[in-house]
Amino acid sequence: MVLRGPRTAAATLLADLVVTAVISLVIFGVMVGLRTETIPGGLKLVPRWSAALGLAAMVVAGRLMLHLIWWNRKPGARSAWSPAGMMPDWARNLKLSGRFVRPATLIFALVLPFLPFTDRYILDLSILVLTYVMLGWGLNIVVGLAGLLDLGYVAFYAVGAYSYALLAHYFGWSFWLCLPVSGILAAFWGIILGFPVLRLRGDYLAIVTLAFGEIIRIVLLNWYWFTGGPDGISGIPRPDFFGIVGFERGPGGFADTFGIEYSSLHRIVFLYFLILALALLTNFVTIRLRRLPIGRAWEALREDEIACRSLGLNTTTVKLSAFATGALFAGFAGAFFATRQGFISPESFTFTESALVLAIVVLGGMGSQMGVVIASVALIGGFEVFREFEQYRMLIFGLAMVLIMIWRPRGLIAGREPSIFFRTRKTISGALVSQGEGH
Amino acid sequence: MNAPALLSVSQVETFYGRIQALRGVSLDVHEGEIVTLIGANGAGKSTLMMTICGSPQARSGQILYRGHDITRTPTHQIMHMGIAQSPEGRRIFGRMTVMENLRIGASVADPSHFDRDIERAFALFPLLKERRNQRGGTLSGGEQQMLAIARALMAQPRLLLLDEPSLGLAPLVIKQIFGAIRELNATQGLTVFLVEQNAHHALRLAHRGYVMVNGKITMTGTGVELLGREEIRAAYLEGGVH
Ligand SMILES: Nc1ncnc2c1ncn2[C@@H]1O[C@H](COP(=O)(O)OP(=O)(O)O)[C@@H](O)[C@H]1O
Ligand SMILES: [Mg+2]
Repeated sequence: MVLRGPRTAAATLLADLVVTAVISLVIFGVMVGLRTETIPGGLKLVPRWSAALGLAAMVVAGRLMLHLIWWNRKPGARSAWSPAGMMPDWARNLKLSGRFVRPATLIFALVLPFLPFTDRYILDLSILVLTYVMLGWGLNIVVGLAGLLDLGYVAFYAVGAYSYALLAHYFGWSFWLCLPVSGILAAFWGIILGFPVLRLRGDYLAIVTLAFGEIIRIVLLNWYWFTGGPDGISGIPRPDFFGIVGFERGPGGFADTFGIEYSSLHRIVFLYFLILALALLTNFVTIRLRRLPIGRAWEALREDEIACRSLGLNTTTVKLSAFATGALFAGFAGAFFATRQGFISPESFTFTESALVLAIVVLGGMGSQMGVVIASVALIGGFEVFREFEQYRMLIFGLAMVLIMIWRPRGLIAGREPSIFFRTRKTISGALVSQGEGH
Repeated sequence: MNAPALLSVSQVETFYGRIQALRGVSLDVHEGEIVTLIGANGAGKSTLMMTICGSPQARSGQILYRGHDITRTPTHQIMHMGIAQSPEGRRIFGRMTVMENLRIGASVADPSHFDRDIERAFALFPLLKERRNQRGGTLSGGEQQMLAIARALMAQPRLLLLDEPSLGLAPLVIKQIFGAIRELNATQGLTVFLVEQNAHHALRLAHRGYVMVNGKITMTGTGVELLGREEIRAAYLEGGVH
C-alpha cells in the first residue's frame, strides 16, 4: 500500500491500523485471551486479557513500523528507510571532510591519556580498541585489499602472542627483541598457510583458513608440555621503557629515573602509546604499499585474478605477500597482547576473535582505513557500554550489523581512493564512488 | 616469408580435464603481421590464445616464441617476454581508475618509459585520456575494450594477442577499434594475433587468417583469399555482414 498526500496518508494509515487491531484482538482474544484449565469435574475458562492485548499491540506496532520503514519507500530510492547518518550523502560528506577528520582523530588519540577525564578504565578500553584497530588494519590488507577472505586471522595473532610468551619463558628474551621476531614468525606462518590455499578463492578459501585457525588453537591446547595447554602461560614479562628502565616502584624504576612521582598508570599510558604506535605503523605501511606495485597488484588480484595473470603478475607471490604482510601485523599485535595481559591461553584465540576482526573490516567498508577505526570504536566500545545486558549484547550487535548492512551494504565508508593520478589530483566524483558497480 | 616466425605453434593439444579443446593446432605468426583466427563459438579460439600464454598449458605439441620453447613456461614469465594480451571479455579492473588499470598493465614494463607509453596510449585512444580518473567499471563497453587494449600495450609488447575485441560492440565502435589496431601495426610495426568471431571485419584487417572448427585448423590463407571463399561466406559471413 502506498500512502500519498499527508492527510489521506494519515487517515489511511489509521484505518489500516484499526483494522489490524480488530483482527488481531479477535484472533488473540480467542486463542490467547481465554485459556482452559482442567478442574475436577470439567474445564474452567481462565481469562488472560492482558496477554491478548499485549500481543495485539505488538502486531499493530509491527505493522506501523512496516508502514513507516518498508512499505513506503519512494520509487527508486536506494533502500529502505535509513537514518540520516547512513545516507550516501552523509557518508560522502564524511569522506570529503576526511582531510579534517583524520588529523583530528590522530590528535585526539595522541592527547587522550592526558585529558582530565581519562582514567584507568578509559585507558584500558582504548588499548583494547586500538588492538582491534591494528588487527582490523592488518586483516584489511588480506581481505580489503587483496580480496582473500580469511576466517582464521586470529591464528597469526596467536602465533605472535605465543612466540613472545614462549621465547620469554624458555630463553628470557626481552619484549623488544621478541616483537620483531613474533611478527616474522607470524608472517612465516602466513606463507605456510598461503601455499595450500593458493588455488582457492571465496568460500573455499574461507573454509580452509577457518580450519587453519582452529588447528593452531587446538595444537596450542594439546601441546601441553610446551605451551601449557589450557593452563596457558603466565608470568609473561611486562614491557619496560625501551629496555632502559622498568615501570616498577622504587629506585631504578621509570618514575625514579625521570624524577616524577610514581604512578601505576605510567605503564598503562606506555602500553597505550605502544599499541598506538604499532597501529599507526600498520596504517602507514598499508597506505604506502597501496601506492607501490605490490599494493596495486593486491587490489588488482581482488578485482580479477585471471586478468592479473594475463598481465604478467605472478599471482602466487602476490597472494603470499598479502598473507604474509597481514600476518606480520597480527604477530606484532599478538606480542603486544601477551605483554599487556601477562597471561595467555588458547581461550583468547577462538574463532569469535577472527569473526570480530572480520566484522570490523566489513562493517568499516572493505579497504577503508578510517572505516576500521569507526567500526572498532563502535563494536568494542559498544560491547563495553552494553556490558550490563550481558545476555542480550550479542543479539543487539547481530541486529545492529544486519541493519547497517541493509543501509550501507558496502560498509560505513565505501569506495576507495585512487592511488595514482595523472598530473593533477582529482577525486573521483562521489556519485561514482558510492554506487559501487563493476565489482 | 622464410625468416623464422615470431610465434610458431605446432601440433598443440590442450585438454580441460578429459575434454580435448585443441586437436593438433599449428600456426605461425611472423614479425609485423596481423594474423587472425576465426571460428564459431566454442571452436577453441580462446583456448589457443590462453595456451600460448601458458594457462592452461598444452599437453603435447610445442610453442616457440622468438625461437624459445615456451610450452612449459609459467604464464607470468611468458608475459615478461614481450607478449601482451587483451583477454576475452576485456577483464578490466572495475573498481580501479583508468590510470590505475594502465599502471598495472605496465607492471612488466620498464618503468622509466611509463610517461612515454601512457602518452602513446592516450594518443591512440583520446577518449581514455578524458576518462583517466574514472573507474573502469563505469566506462562504456567500447571504452572498456579500448582500455583493455591500452592496458596490454603498456607492457611494451612485440606481440599483441587480442581475444574478440569486437564482442558486443556497435559497428561504429568496432571500426574505431580495428582502425586503432591497423594503426598500431602500420606505424609501430606491432605484430598482432587477433581472435575473432566477426570474420568480416577481422579478415579485412588481417594479412593472413586461419579458420578453426572444433579445435582444428581447417583453412588458411590471406585475408582477402579467405573472404572470397564460398564456404567462409556461407559459414561466417551470411547475415553477419555489418
Ligand atoms: N575452463 C574450461 N573448462 C572446461 N572446458 C572449457 C573451459 N574453457 C573452455 N572450455 C571448452 O573448450 C571448448 C573451446 O572453448 P573456447 O576456447 O572458449 O572457444 P571459443 O573461444 O572459440 O569460443 C569449448 O567446448 C568449451 O566448452
Ligand atoms: Mg572465446
